[in-house]
Amino acid sequence: MYKSLFISSSFHIGVIMLSIFTLPFIAKKPIDVPPLVSVELIEIGTFTNIPYAPKAKKIIEKAKKKNEKLISEQAPPKKVKKEENKKINLEKKIEKIEELAPKKSPTPKNEIKKVKKEKLQSISLPNQKNEKVQFEEEKDQKPSKEKEKNKDLKKITETKKPEITDDEVKQVSEFEKKELFDPNNIAALIDKSKEDFGETNKKSNKITQSQDKSMNLSKLTLGEEDALKAQIFGCWSIPLGLPYNENLLVRIKLKLKPDGTLIKTEILDHARMNMPGQGFYKVLAESALRAIQLCQPLKVPTSGYERWKNLQLNFDAREMLGG
Amino acid sequence: MKFIKYLGIILIIFLCNIKNSFSLIEVDITRGNLNPLPIAVSPLSQNKKSKDIFEKKLNIIDIGSEISGVIENNLKQSGLFNPLNKDAFLQKPDIAHLKPRFEDWSLIKAQALITGNVAIESDKLKVEFRLWDVLAGREMLALAFTTVPNNWRRVGHIITDKVYERLTGEKGYFDTRIIYVSEEGPKTQRIKKLAIMDQDGFNTKYLTLGNELVLTPRFNPTNQMVTYLSYFKNLPRVYLLDIETGIQEVVGDFPGMTFAPRFSPDGKKIIMSFAKDGNSDIYTMDLENRIVERITNHPSIDTSPSYSPDSKFITFNSDRSGYQQIYVMNSDGSNVKRISFGKGLYGTPVWSPRGDLIAFTKLHKGKFYIGVMRTDGKGERLLTENFYQEAPSWAPNGRVLIFYRETKTNDKGEGFSAKLWSIDLTGYNERMVSTEMDASDPSWSSLLSN
Repeated sequence: MYKSLFISSSFHIGVIMLSIFTLPFIAKKPIDVPPLVSVELIEIGTFTNIPYAPKAKKIIEKAKKKNEKLISEQAPPKKVKKEENKKINLEKKIEKIEELAPKKSPTPKNEIKKVKKEKLQSISLPNQKNEKVQFEEEKDQKPSKEKEKNKDLKKITETKKPEITDDEVKQVSEFEKKELFDPNNIAALIDKSKEDFGETNKKSNKITQSQDKSMNLSKLTLGEEDALKAQIFGCWSIPLGLPYNENLLVRIKLKLKPDGTLIKTEILDHARMNMPGQGFYKVLAESALRAIQLCQPLKVPTSGYERWKNLQLNFDAREMLGG
Repeated sequence: MKFIKYLGIILIIFLCNIKNSFSLIEVDITRGNLNPLPIAVSPLSQNKKSKDIFEKKLNIIDIGSEISGVIENNLKQSGLFNPLNKDAFLQKPDIAHLKPRFEDWSLIKAQALITGNVAIESDKLKVEFRLWDVLAGREMLALAFTTVPNNWRRVGHIITDKVYERLTGEKGYFDTRIIYVSEEGPKTQRIKKLAIMDQDGFNTKYLTLGNELVLTPRFNPTNQMVTYLSYFKNLPRVYLLDIETGIQEVVGDFPGMTFAPRFSPDGKKIIMSFAKDGNSDIYTMDLENRIVERITNHPSIDTSPSYSPDSKFITFNSDRSGYQQIYVMNSDGSNVKRISFGKGLYGTPVWSPRGDLIAFTKLHKGKFYIGVMRTDGKGERLLTENFYQEAPSWAPNGRVLIFYRETKTNDKGEGFSAKLWSIDLTGYNERMVSTEMDASDPSWSSLLSN
C-alpha cells in the first residue's frame, strides 16, 4: 500500500516537473505579426495655428508620472545604501586581494575605478543603475540554477565515495576530448561507467558530467565573448533620442548557423513593442536587430556549435546615453 | 525499492539535462557607436504630366529631387544621419518606391531608405513617401500629404520629422521656424529688424522695418505669436505680434530697464524683469486682463526668468549671492534655491521643453560657454566655448539649442559679425545656421503641425 503510494506520487511529481520544465519551451512560439503600415493622408493647411498646449500637457503629465515612478521605485536613500554597500564590497574585495596577492595588479585598477566613480558621480550614476539591473537579473536567473546545483551537490555528498576524485578528473578529460555532451548519450555513458567502475560510481560520474556540462554550456570564454561584443559594438548605432531614464534593455534570442549567420531572431519582450508610452522601445529593438543584421556573420567561436547555436544578446543603451 | 531509487535519480538527471540544454549563453551589449545612421534618400518620383505642371506653377524643374534635397539636408544637419551620395544609387526612384531591391541598397551600406512619389491632384500637391528598413527588408512607415504647391518645402520638413521620430524615438524639430533679430551696419549705427525663417534658413521674412531697436523676440509655445521688446521714445515697450496675420499690439510701457519678456507655457502670461525704484525684479503680466504681478522682491538684480514646461517653477538669474548665478523658485516666488555653483558667472537660464534640463550661458575667465545642467543644478555640461556667445533657445524636442555668436572680423578687433549657431546635447554637432545678414537673439518655434 505504502509502496504503491510512493511510486504513484513520485511518478506524478516526475510528470509535473517534466511539464514545468519542458512545456514552456514547446509552447513558446514567437509572435511575429508582420507590421501593418497604413498610408495615412494628412492635410496640411496654409496657416499654422495649431495649439501646442494639449501636447505639452501630455508631455508634462508623462514627465510627472515618470518622476513619481522614479521616486517610488528608486527612492534615493536606497540608492545611497546600495552604493555604499557596493563600495564597501569593493573595499572588502580589494582588501582580500591585497591579503592574498599583494603584487597583483587588479588592486590599483579597482582603486582607479572607485576614484572615477566618485569624481564623475553624475555621469556614472546611470551606469550604477545598469549594474544594479544586471545584478538583479542575475539574481533572478541564477538562484534557480544554483539551487538545483546545490540540490544535486547534496545528493552527491550523500552518495559520494572516496574514489570519486580520480573519476572526476578522468571524466573531465573525457569531456574535453568530446567537447560536446549529447543528452541522448547518457545511457551509453552510464553503460561505460558500468563497465569501468562499480554501481556506486555510476551515480557520481553522471552528476559530475552534468556539472561540467553546465559550466561549459552557460558561458563563452572571455576571449570569445569579447570578440563578439567588440564586433557588435561596432555595428550598433544607438538611437540618440531615447529617454535615458527608462528601461532601455532589449533582449534578443538568436539562432545561428555554424558560420555565424542568422537563422532566426526573436525579441524576448515582444509585448512591450506595442505598449502605449513605450514607442521608444520599438526604436531601440529595431536598432539592435539592425546591428545584428549588419554584423552578420557573427564572430562566433570556431568550435562548439552546439554550445552557442542559441544565443541571447542583451542590448542595454543606458550606459551610453546616461551621460 | 532500489528500482524506484534509480528511477528517481535518472529523473533528476534528466531534468537537469533539460534545463541545461535550454540554458542560453547570454552576452551583454552595453556599448554601441554614435555614428550617424547611413540613410539613402531616393529622389521622389513623378510622372511627366505633373512634372510639367510643377514646372509651370512653381518654376522648379524637378520638384521630386528638390523635396528629397530638403529631407537630406535636414537629416544631415541633425548629425544623427548620414545621407548617402545619390550617385551611388542603383535603383530608379519610381521602381524603388514600389518595391526596393534591398540587396542593392545594402550594397551601398544604406540601413534605411526613403522613397516617394509626387503628383498633382486637383491643383494640390500630393506627396507620398515610404521609409524602409533595408537590413530587415521591410517597410517601416508610409504616409501621404496633400497641400498647396507653395508649401512644398514644408512637406519636406514634415517628412523629415516623421522619419526622425520613427528612427530615433523622439519628436522631430524640422517643421519649425526661427525668429531672430537681423542686424546690419556698423556697431554704432546698427539697424535691427525682426526676421523669421524656416529652421533650415530658407524663406526669410522681415517683420519690422528697422526704424526702431528691437530686442529679444520669443515665440509663444502654443501658437504663432511672438513677444518682443522695442524702444519707443527711448522707453522699452513690450509688443505682441501675430506672425500669420501681421497684427501687432502693444502690451505696455515699462520702466527703463526691462528685459527679455517670455511667454508662460500656456501662452497666457508674459514673464519678464524690470526695474522699479532702481531695483530689478521679476514680474508676470496676464495677457487677458493686463494685471502685473510681482514674483521676486529682493534688493539684488533678478533677470532672465523662464518657466518650467509644467508652469510650476521659474528659473532666473540673480546676483543675490554676490555674483550672477542661476536660481529656481516656485512659480509664486517662494522657495528660492540657488542651483549653479560652478566657477564663473551664469546667465540666461532657459528651461528645456522636455523639462529635464536648463540651458545657460556661462562666463568664465573671459570666455563664454553654452551649457546645460539638470534642474537641480547637477550634471553641468558645457557644450561649446567661444569669445562671445549667448542666448540659447531650445528646439521643441529639447535636443538642440540655437544661440548666437559674435566674432571679430579682423585681428585688431575692428568690426564684428554675429551669426546663429546650433548645437545638440552631445556637444559634437555644432553648425552655423545660415542667415541673409548678421543675426542675434534667436528663438525657436514649436512644431507647426503635429
